[in-house]
Amino acid sequence: MSTYLDFETPIKELEDKIQQAKNIGEETKVEMKDKIAELEKKLNEKTKEIFKGLTPWQRVQMSRHPDRPYTLAYINAITNNTFQEYHGDRNVKDDKAMVGGFGLVKDKTVMFIGQQKGINTKMRQYRNFGMPNPEGYRKALRLMKLAEKFNKPIVTFIDTPGAFCGLEAEERGQGEAIARNIYEMMRLKVPVICIIIGEGASGGALGIGVGDKVVMLENTWYSVISPESCSSILWRSWDFKEKAADALKLTSEDMKKNQLVDDVLKEPINGAHRNHEEMFETVKEYISKSIESLEKIQQDKRISQRIDKFCSMGVWNE
Amino acid sequence: MSWFKRKKEGITTSTKEKKETPEGLWHKCVNCKTLHTQQDFEKNTYVCNRCSHHERIGSEEYFKIIFDDNSFVELDVKMTSADPLQFSDTKKYTDRVQSTIKSTGLNDAIRTAQGKINGIDLVVACMDFSFIGGSLGSVMGEKISRAIDQSLKTNSAFMIISKSGGARMMEAGFSLMQMAKVSGKLGLLSEKKIPYISYLTDPTTGGVTASFAMLGDLNIAEPNALIGFAGPRVVKETIGRDLPEGFQKSEFLLEHGFIDYIVDRTELKEKLSHTLKLFQS
Ligand SMILES: [Zn+2]
Repeated sequence: MSTYLDFETPIKELEDKIQQAKNIGEETKVEMKDKIAELEKKLNEKTKEIFKGLTPWQRVQMSRHPDRPYTLAYINAITNNTFQEYHGDRNVKDDKAMVGGFGLVKDKTVMFIGQQKGINTKMRQYRNFGMPNPEGYRKALRLMKLAEKFNKPIVTFIDTPGAFCGLEAEERGQGEAIARNIYEMMRLKVPVICIIIGEGASGGALGIGVGDKVVMLENTWYSVISPESCSSILWRSWDFKEKAADALKLTSEDMKKNQLVDDVLKEPINGAHRNHEEMFETVKEYISKSIESLEKIQQDKRISQRIDKFCSMGVWNE
Repeated sequence: MSWFKRKKEGITTSTKEKKETPEGLWHKCVNCKTLHTQQDFEKNTYVCNRCSHHERIGSEEYFKIIFDDNSFVELDVKMTSADPLQFSDTKKYTDRVQSTIKSTGLNDAIRTAQGKINGIDLVVACMDFSFIGGSLGSVMGEKISRAIDQSLKTNSAFMIISKSGGARMMEAGFSLMQMAKVSGKLGLLSEKKIPYISYLTDPTTGGVTASFAMLGDLNIAEPNALIGFAGPRVVKETIGRDLPEGFQKSEFLLEHGFIDYIVDRTELKEKLSHTLKLFQS
């Protein structure tokens, strides 16, 4: 059963009408072909119209769409089910909100790491809504170091509403864990590609977000704070999330324009959630092309380019 | 850039805490209400000599405490915030910055300077909480980066004094990336084996904790400072119960292994220069 966002309602209505027409056609043997074609044309136009003019807030809604593919779905599709998951930070526990392991992309081993959201109520709890604890970031770092040791490129999938803000997270050093990852990722000797596939919330995202290529899928967001929290802090009310989403310039388009991410990957016309296979294919192609081009760059040069890229970010007067 | 001596007497307490008396200015400890003369209070590095409460101070006072003869070269004094996102909430970001510059006399939430601490070369980046909560934006990221360059160039030890609520929301994506930018620079410092001391003071939270403040070769802290990733209010809302006594205070972080030592501000200069000597000798 698909879920439809408020602004997707006209699409649902047309899809329902098409289904009805098909049903009638089957039941009554009345020729409905013309009627269906007309409706499908309408559906196409409506879809284009709706998704052409999405507001930043609607993009945020898209990034959280419950039918959107999550990290493991990407990994399994891209590796053609050769992915092997590895667990644990070797210290405290295995964080279910962060997953990782090796898999093959076109016969080449790649380390995949990412935040994992749950696909239903029970799994959402199990995955802690994609909010890692410090041990999640430490598992991620352990796996990145493993990849570095065996000279395998790293791909991270970012999809988190933020690092977890619990009591134990603080006791075990959430800040230190994220800081360590940012620091270490900057200097990894292998190519690193970071892909924002849903929500990219602040330090929780950046904790696996330092790479040679940092890219956003079209309908995702990436910023220092969620629009809701921004609204509550700066407007002192939860009612200004749309305004905050505008102000934060958090869409893929704006982040690219401000040169804070390297690329934007196009989604299927009606969003990644309506055509998983097409989305997986786009991401897979991007990954294999990027690895190929990054591996041609000499190691030291790749690292200094990565550092220089982040060091050039910022705007000031003097 | 030129060497100069600061002659101006640091007056740091807000007017409501100061009382005009025949003997001059008095300071009342916010914790134990003891009265000290402003002069004594300054001499004791703005720490109450009765209850040891550390008054929040800014870069001017820290520089005075740390640098020999209060003598230092300040770097990139004129750098100010741009407004890359044309950000506006209930107030335009540019207006907020302008009025804060006016009210604080500071150009941004950080000042960077080079000088000597008991004869040892040191570059210090010190935050000012009075400037939009010590928030991390492009100016702070760039000023710290250049201060690190200065450390590299002159082979001087490096120190950041953190006092910040975290990233500056009004620079959104730009402010987030400053965490990566400074961390990248710190790696270069590390390569050259130049010591980096992170001094965490009250309060240090958010993006500053989740990046350079936790990355010192040594992390040291003022007593009883609030240090955390999430603020206590957020943690309390997340877990739905009251927080234990002393949660997210310096002593708590020391117990959990994230701080090397806690140092009273009155002893900062001596302990810090001793540490640097141990790295050098
Ligand atoms: Zn006192």
